[in-house]
Amino acid sequence: MTVAVYLSIYAGLLVFILGSVLRIVQYARTPIHLRWELYPVPHEEGRRAEHGGSYFESGNWWARPRRPSRIGELRAMIPEIAFLKALWEFNRGLWYASFLFHGGLYLTVATVLLLFVSIALPGAAGGTTLFWLHALYNVTGYAAVAMTLMGAMGLLFRRLADPELKNYTSPADLFNLHFFIVAYGLVAAGYLVRPENSAGAAECIRALVRFDTSVRVGRGFGAGLILSSILLAYIPFTHMAHFIAKYFTYHLVRWDDRPNVRGGTIESRVAGHLARRPTWSAAHIGADGEKTWAQLATANPAAEVRK
Amino acid sequence: MKNTLDIAQAWRSDGEPLVHIENADLMPLPAPLDNLAMDRPWKPLSAQAKEKYESGLDDTCAVSVPRPKNEDEERRLVAQFLAGLEKLFTADNNWTFLQPLLLTMEHCTHCQTCAESCHIFEASGRNELYRPVFRSELLRRLYFKYIKHGGLVSAWQHGEIELNWPLVARLIELSYRCNLCRRCAQSCPIGADNGLVAHELRKLFSQEMGIAAKELHEQGSMLQLKVGSSTGMTAEVVKDNIDFIDEDMSERTGIEVHTPWDVEGAEVLLLHNAGEIMAWPENPGAFALILNMAGVNWTMSSELAGYDSINYGLWYDDVQFARVALKHAEIARKLKVKKIVLGECGHAHKALCVVADRLLGGELNIPRESSLTLLRDIVMSGRIQFDPARNDFPVTLHDPCNLVRLMGVVEPQREVLRMLCPGFREMEPHGVNNYCCGGGSGFAIMSGHNFPDWRFQVAGRKKMQQVLEAFSDCIGPETPKYLCAPCSNCKGQLRDMLAYYKLWERNRILYGGFVELIVNAMVDVKPGFLEWEWR
Repeated sequence: MTVAVYLSIYAGLLVFILGSVLRIVQYARTPIHLRWELYPVPHEEGRRAEHGGSYFESGNWWARPRRPSRIGELRAMIPEIAFLKALWEFNRGLWYASFLFHGGLYLTVATVLLLFVSIALPGAAGGTTLFWLHALYNVTGYAAVAMTLMGAMGLLFRRLADPELKNYTSPADLFNLHFFIVAYGLVAAGYLVRPENSAGAAECIRALVRFDTSVRVGRGFGAGLILSSILLAYIPFTHMAHFIAKYFTYHLVRWDDRPNVRGGTIESRVAGHLARRPTWSAAHIGADGEKTWAQLATANPAAEVRK
Repeated sequence: MKNTLDIAQAWRSDGEPLVHIENADLMPLPAPLDNLAMDRPWKPLSAQAKEKYESGLDDTCAVSVPRPKNEDEERRLVAQFLAGLEKLFTADNNWTFLQPLLLTMEHCTHCQTCAESCHIFEASGRNELYRPVFRSELLRRLYFKYIKHGGLVSAWQHGEIELNWPLVARLIELSYRCNLCRRCAQSCPIGADNGLVAHELRKLFSQEMGIAAKELHEQGSMLQLKVGSSTGMTAEVVKDNIDFIDEDMSERTGIEVHTPWDVEGAEVLLLHNAGEIMAWPENPGAFALILNMAGVNWTMSSELAGYDSINYGLWYDDVQFARVALKHAEIARKLKVKKIVLGECGHAHKALCVVADRLLGGELNIPRESSLTLLRDIVMSGRIQFDPARNDFPVTLHDPCNLVRLMGVVEPQREVLRMLCPGFREMEPHGVNNYCCGGGSGFAIMSGHNFPDWRFQVAGRKKMQQVLEAFSDCIGPETPKYLCAPCSNCKGQLRDMLAYYKLWERNRILYGGFVELIVNAMVDVKPGFLEWEWR
């Protein structure tokens, strides 16, 4: 069981990282698109960010220095990431379960990080520090499981009971929520009822890092960890990878108000795409697979009938 | 019917409409439109139209797609659609929007947050057909099945879909039941964009299948590229009209007005929506008066498309969009102007200032600015004297989505209204959280069959509610009220809606542009520039 647990955790983590990197590369390699920003854009200067204004509110805006505010972006990002602000504002009914669920996931990550810190601390750090760390990851760990389970069950209930959500809920959506409930439930139950001589969370992490197979992992707890590892590996291949997508949708679509300047990088990147050869079939486009995008855009399908 | 529409109904093949809308189902309106008896009945779609055109979506028909003659033609059209679908997800064909489209396809969690933001969904009485995700979900399922080739796993993961002609025909119409205002995208926690989905569907139909609303294509971008303006006006006609407008303005204001044409090296090239010249001549006249009095060195252009800022390609076709945008920039380059200033037209603003920005490289990258910003700077500069008492009547401001949520021009117009209009009051919500007038994405100029009934009763209903609430303290006919809309298309939609509900006749709500209020308050202008007459 111990070896199976270790292998599944390493494999799960590896697939999660690879899958996430693949997603990132997939989106990062798509061409620069035409501007499609949406206001408010929080990196706008001063009062503008508050009322949703842009640099277009200034006369001769191109002659003024542009100073996007990273602090402004953080002010928008932190409440969104930590507290799901958009859901709170626009869909309060769903926020409660969703916040519990996402909060539980954040605390799961926090718990794992705290466990790593606890095993990385040298013995000289002293018993008090370790005591408080132990207390802290216990609190975050139990809270993580409780919040994730309550959140997942709340979301599942909404998906099954609310006709507005039900019409758009696929079998996979239900499976995903069940998957979380079973994996977290099994980890929690297995941990709580583990045999006395089996490893706890910190011992497991320590042994995992050293690949120490002499440590005994309880069956229930081990099964929970294996299932959780499979869940981790599965996430990047589903729409649950929206934690990756949000970087692109916010920073490279909604908030991307960078103006094109003569001789700049945007101009040169777009120039490459203007040389692409589309194959759209409608007559007025005039594409034949040979003409470039730029040639099509400078043609006039109505010109031949112009007097 | 509402809330009972399963998504699988979208590909049923009986050809019958998926939903039927009753006035009683719609979102209630405040006084004086709170009495259902005063509500107008819908003109039913004629039997002839139903027989001739695909009308299997709802009670109306926007695009007038002819019904295929036989199954072979249906199969050919479905194959065309599938070819277009594949192209939509390739960089060679759709580099312009591929990234946001992929993100929207792959990460919607179906949380329905967008639905709460959509004015069409709300105004329809939460009719399932108009839920923003309904349309997107169909494209998403097609994407996973036919582009990602997900097979059975795709059906399990993303839901079933069956591609047939009835589905394609419904998608064509459904892509024209969204104003592309992107209020839904603003509220999406993930950043998915259902407005973009409608845009991309329209693009697929136009660029691959040659299918688009005729008002946008044949009578829109094609006519503009042919004669210079979607109004059909040639340069000679426009110049004649502007001469007449200059004359009329001079007489009405007591100040000599002259519009300069094709002035090389001018500081400002002013691009108007040519619809203003035809329907609201006082608007270009007021611009000419203000720019002359402020001492701005400006010009208009008589080149092809240079006297019409519209760019309908923005709503349905990237190539047509680029063609018009490049023409506008080329005209400015030839004239060697310092900057292009857009008149009161929201989509022209967004088209040339924002969306075309990355297409305008090298010498075509000429600075573009909003007229609202320029006007604010003129008004605040003290170069012209104003008497706000001349504008002492209730005024509310409509925020055109293209100018505000999609371009961030929020405050300049408000600074002017706060200074020149003592009775200015906001609609709620306003600014970047505004609601579309219901005419966005081309609807304002689309009047086929009974589409206007849908446009006024459903798409424009939320705006009507906002207008009536903004004037609720003075709704009676004894107080003339001014609904300011600094956008030609919005103005057209508001004019048609106010007429539809007889709100000028019964309640004295007049609509108009922004620049007219500035001229009306100018001390040097003869009093009474605003005539309070219905146009």
